[in-house]
Amino acid sequence: MPVQCEEIAELLPQVVDGLETADHPLIRHVESCLRCQAELAQYRRLLRVLHQLRTEVIEPAPGLVTEILAELGEAGERGAIRSLLSGRRVAYLGGLAVAAGAAGAAGAIVLATRSRRSARLAS
Amino acid sequence: MPDELAELVAAAKAGDRKAFDALVQATYAHAYTVAFRLTGNEEDARDVVQDAYLRAYRGLKRFRGDSSFSTWLYRITANCASTQLGRRSRHRHEELDDDAPLADERPEIDPELRASAESDRERVSAALLALPPRLRAVVVLRDVYDLPHEAIAAELGISEAAAKVRLHRARRKLRERLFPLRAEATGEEDARAV
Repeated sequence: MPVQCEEIAELLPQVVDGLETADHPLIRHVESCLRCQAELAQYRRLLRVLHQLRTEVIEPAPGLVTEILAELGEAGERGAIRSLLSGRRVAYLGGLAVAAGAAGAAGAIVLATRSRRSARLAS
Repeated sequence: MPDELAELVAAAKAGDRKAFDALVQATYAHAYTVAFRLTGNEEDARDVVQDAYLRAYRGLKRFRGDSSFSTWLYRITANCASTQLGRRSRHRHEELDDDAPLADERPEIDPELRASAESDRERVSAALLALPPRLRAVVVLRDVYDLPHEAIAAELGISEAAAKVRLHRARRKLRERLFPLRAEATGEEDARAV
């Protein structure tokens, strides 16, 4: 294979899906070289068949869809439990906050009452 | 079919679990096919598909509909396959050399039996399976499923330039395998055929 053909051969897999965008010297060489035209034709045929594979379906062994749906079901349940737990956690923390607030308010009232009483006794 | 899928996607996004189940029913065979072509074996393909649907389910709200649901699912499948293959290669402590000759121990694609009347599709499918996984992934996603280089690079965790290099290597290897005689032997005939 002449040197130039070897160089072109390196480039053919890159340009096979868009020869028009290739460099002019490459296009000129391919147009005048049967060997490179043949190789390009092989790449084009390969790409055509690869593209056809898109419509093919390889049937999985039975049971796959059941497995997928079961997995999704489990994931859904796990998610529901998580959100339930996080909801309860929020409610629990909210309850604690309310209780702490109430205790604080009660303490403040007691302190205020005591300080008022001691002020009255002092006067 | 695309309209039906779009309706199912909309319903599933709104929280209808049965709609998502119907999406699975409608698309699982194609998703499995993608996974099988990427991983090259049934066991991995099944794991990859399950993982892909789980991720699709969790990420459905982020699906904006810029591409079709199928294309979005293929991208997720590619990402899951890449993870699975990475796990496998770490487990086996082996790294396949992209330039190594294609090992082929299966009798149905033994070069000596190539002369038997196989269809082009069967021959190409067999040649794809004989490629190193990282070359196979790129050529399958680009030349079979028509994903853009950018998406392929993103899902496989490689640069766009690396994705292109792998694609060209994969095409060259496939051509060499499918047309083993040098161009000069068959050249004129092939050139005329196209």
